[in-house]
Amino acid sequence: MKIVVTVKQVPDPNATLTLEADNTLARDKEVVLDPGDECGVEEGLQLKEAHGGEVILVSMGPERAKDAIRKGLSMGADRGILITDPQLAGADALLTARALAAAIKAEAPDLVICGTESYDGSTGMVPPMLAELLGLPQLTVAKKVEIDGSTIKVHRQTADGYQVVEASTPALITVTAGIAEPRYASLKGIMAARSKEIKQIGIGDLGIERGESAETIEGVADAVARKAGVVIEFDGTAVDRIIHLLAEAKVV
Amino acid sequence: MAKVWVYAELNQGKLVATTLELMAKARELGDVEAIALGAGAKAAAATLGKHGAKVVHVNEDPAFDDYLAEPATDALASLHKEAPADLILFGFTTDSREVAGRLAARLGVGLISNAADLDAKDGGFVAKVPYFGGAKLASMKANSKPAIVLVRPKSFEASESGGTAQVKELSASIDAGSKRAHIVERVVEASEKVKLEEAKVVISGGRGMGGPDNFPLLEDLANALGGAVGASRAVVDAGWVPYSMQVGQTGKSVRPGVYIAVGISGAMQHTVGMKASKVIIAINKDAEAPIMKMADLGVVGDALKIVPALTAAVKAKKK
Repeated sequence: MKIVVTVKQVPDPNATLTLEADNTLARDKEVVLDPGDECGVEEGLQLKEAHGGEVILVSMGPERAKDAIRKGLSMGADRGILITDPQLAGADALLTARALAAAIKAEAPDLVICGTESYDGSTGMVPPMLAELLGLPQLTVAKKVEIDGSTIKVHRQTADGYQVVEASTPALITVTAGIAEPRYASLKGIMAARSKEIKQIGIGDLGIERGESAETIEGVADAVARKAGVVIEFDGTAVDRIIHLLAEAKVV
Repeated sequence: MAKVWVYAELNQGKLVATTLELMAKARELGDVEAIALGAGAKAAAATLGKHGAKVVHVNEDPAFDDYLAEPATDALASLHKEAPADLILFGFTTDSREVAGRLAARLGVGLISNAADLDAKDGGFVAKVPYFGGAKLASMKANSKPAIVLVRPKSFEASESGGTAQVKELSASIDAGSKRAHIVERVVEASEKVKLEEAKVVISGGRGMGGPDNFPLLEDLANALGGAVGASRAVVDAGWVPYSMQVGQTGKSVRPGVYIAVGISGAMQHTVGMKASKVIIAINKDAEAPIMKMADLGVVGDALKIVPALTAAVKAKKK
């Protein structure tokens, strides 16, 4: 089974975010493989271990995004593809999906695994767009995946439980962070990853063009900030002060 | 007048709350047509009319309930081909965003996701999109036609405007090839006592709770206050509590009278889902945590000591 996992390099979720002078998020700070994508890589590796085949990581980003791919390769993925091109800088979701679709189509995988949404953007728009552009069914928010021949079955998380969703492969799935605990890369894995292929391709290799962006940012304003209140130590009066607030809000 | 569509999401025959919130904004922006697909669509049309829809396109084909995203995408795309809309609104919910994403890709247009507000401007639409933990709001002008905008739940107040919608049967051509991701079973695991989105008081726990074994302390406090327990993404991802409890960008948006954040640092992912609460109380061992800067009252200390003391005080007060 040929499995493609999409991966993204994001600012470290555990680091404090900062803004550039032009109000865009500073992305040159500490960057990591998106923790959600780590789970996608893990799921891809487990499916490969159970059913055989190959795990290919596909990413789009600046050249340093190779580090994110390398991390996945050190976990055990077979090879990587990085779409990198100055013309793709600041790409919106549709352009991102088009670029990824073009690169993935050339691989003709049986299964595409995406995170449900990225840690930095959190909009979750690329996976359904990608499924549409690849002509694949989408089985989403999966917390469990089973494959039996050409049938794929997922447990799709819902607000009050889950749905069992079934389709035939090829298919695209999005996985939740809870689906699999990502393995640590072993020293052997890290060494092996150094010689694994990361193919670098540009917009010209994909046969797509950068069209008009979906939106124009007209301005950025400070949101109406909540006024900071008081911060107190937990001492003899703290509980009374909370109770006082609860009483004012008429909940006690 | 602009032609505005609202994708009326139905969940097992019932209108999803966000749909009616969208209606309140949509009717300010143009002539509203709602599209309701699947079981309950016709019954929902009356409600949608009361909330300002002039036309409701309905189709109750079971395929809309039985298969993910694709049949609804087919129906919207074919309706758009017949009579294009200027603006299509979706709720930023799991089901709606999957349809929106596929539709945008099929129509070859972009979209604006995660909007908190929307206005008409110069014959087009400008959305306000929060980022950087909701501290900043970007004004984004939609360049595509149709403009597709996904709006966060609880961004608008639902209200009836009176009226009756004309109900039109949508002759959807659902491609047989679109019946692919088949929902073969629905399993209900958690039955919430008080619904998180409807609770007057929400008590949410984060990593500072130390582990899943300490969450019953929050349950005790919630029971004493008649509230509900929520959680941060970090502890849901760690598997301490189920996803149904997650508050934040990815989880539920809440705006209760009182929100008590316990051991939650206040990452943007979380605050975006609770910052509209009337009163915010934070309990955290770190006085410098971002949540302290937005709380009406921040208490610095050990959550495992503070929460039981508070529960006891609430019980004493109620006696």
